[in-house]
Amino acid sequence: MYDVTYLRPTNLKDAVQLYRATPGCRPLAGGTDLMVMLHARTLRPAPRAVLDVWSLLELKGVRRSQGMLEIGAAESYTGIIRSRDAQEHVPALVAAARTIGAAQIQNRGTLGGNLANASPAGDTLPVLLAYDAVVVTDRRSIPIDQFFTGYRKTALQPDELIVAVRMPLGRRVVFRKVGTRAAQAISKVVTAVSRSPARVALGAVAEVPLRARRAEAALERGDVEGAIAAVADDIRPIDDVRSTAAYRRTVAQNVLRSLLDDLART
Amino acid sequence: MTVRFTLNGAPVSVECAGSRRLLDTLREDLGKTGTKEGCGEGECGACSVLIDGEVVDSCLVAVGQIEGRNVVTVEGLAGPDGKLSRLQQAFIEHGAAQCGICTPGMLLAAHVLLQRTLPPSADDVREGLAGNLCRCTGYTKIIEAVLSCTT
Repeated sequence: MYDVTYLRPTNLKDAVQLYRATPGCRPLAGGTDLMVMLHARTLRPAPRAVLDVWSLLELKGVRRSQGMLEIGAAESYTGIIRSRDAQEHVPALVAAARTIGAAQIQNRGTLGGNLANASPAGDTLPVLLAYDAVVVTDRRSIPIDQFFTGYRKTALQPDELIVAVRMPLGRRVVFRKVGTRAAQAISKVVTAVSRSPARVALGAVAEVPLRARRAEAALERGDVEGAIAAVADDIRPIDDVRSTAAYRRTVAQNVLRSLLDDLART
Repeated sequence: MTVRFTLNGAPVSVECAGSRRLLDTLREDLGKTGTKEGCGEGECGACSVLIDGEVVDSCLVAVGQIEGRNVVTVEGLAGPDGKLSRLQQAFIEHGAAQCGICTPGMLLAAHVLLQRTLPPSADDVREGLAGNLCRCTGYTKIIEAVLSCTT
């Protein structure tokens, strides 16, 4: 375990001030990624402090706001799964949350953590891309398609805190995760698709969660077969311990076909 | 820092770094070794405990985060007289424990499931225990033990 100072602000204003004033500080929410890295000492550069935002009321809850659905950055996946508003307005996000880990992880994992950690395999991230989510921070709103800038890199400034995520109401998005088993599995391919507007978003197939732009352009033209062909070129999968690039290309195409079928049927 | 919380119904106070893992505080500072360490990265569920009635992996919780919270470990499942809970007794009767490392976490995850979902189906039990890995039993006896508590 790193020797870090533990900071526990009691409100968002204090949290923002503390975070700005503390170099080498990492926000801590449910700890499902950060506690592992703190204990294994795998963070570079080594952190000097953690800012506990888990209990900040301003970062909790699911609510409708300005014609959007807003989810607090530190709301747990369990809180999202149980939210009537989330079930009604962003069912694909609820579906994604239900595939993350199992009860222990869903009780602690958060959207803010999934975003800040920016793993290419983060299961909610393609869903957020398909919804055109907006990442709300302490100082601005960042469109999700500008958020991921490189492998585990984000558009966040070093002292910028994620406060909430907003999604539009009424968009139909479908979601599919392919992993070794239903629970406790890191995705091999994770996909979220919307037909109107055309969004094809994938995770675990490149260094960042990405939108398959050529596939989307084909869908906009109504060219389903073109979209399925194009998605294999839009992604940049690698061979790793979980899968191979060839498998991921094939599965991305098959899953896209299946999800487009689902959207067309209902 | 000083962290005060409720452990198995009794108030406790520990002096330690706020970023210390709850797992280490339970086992090393408070001597509650019923909670086991498996993977240390939130994969196996061996270190499961309840915080305010929700099952979590204690290897992923910083002690500073449980200030004022209600923590239950496997030591808190039996009655004050040491009488095992119905679920614990069912694990014995069904042979649901072999090496025992996963058992405390299994018991706590199953305890929550039985409180939340009545009566859980076999699929509910599988989903409810999906975050707890067992390398001995093949799960069948564990699922049978939990289901035996639903009637």
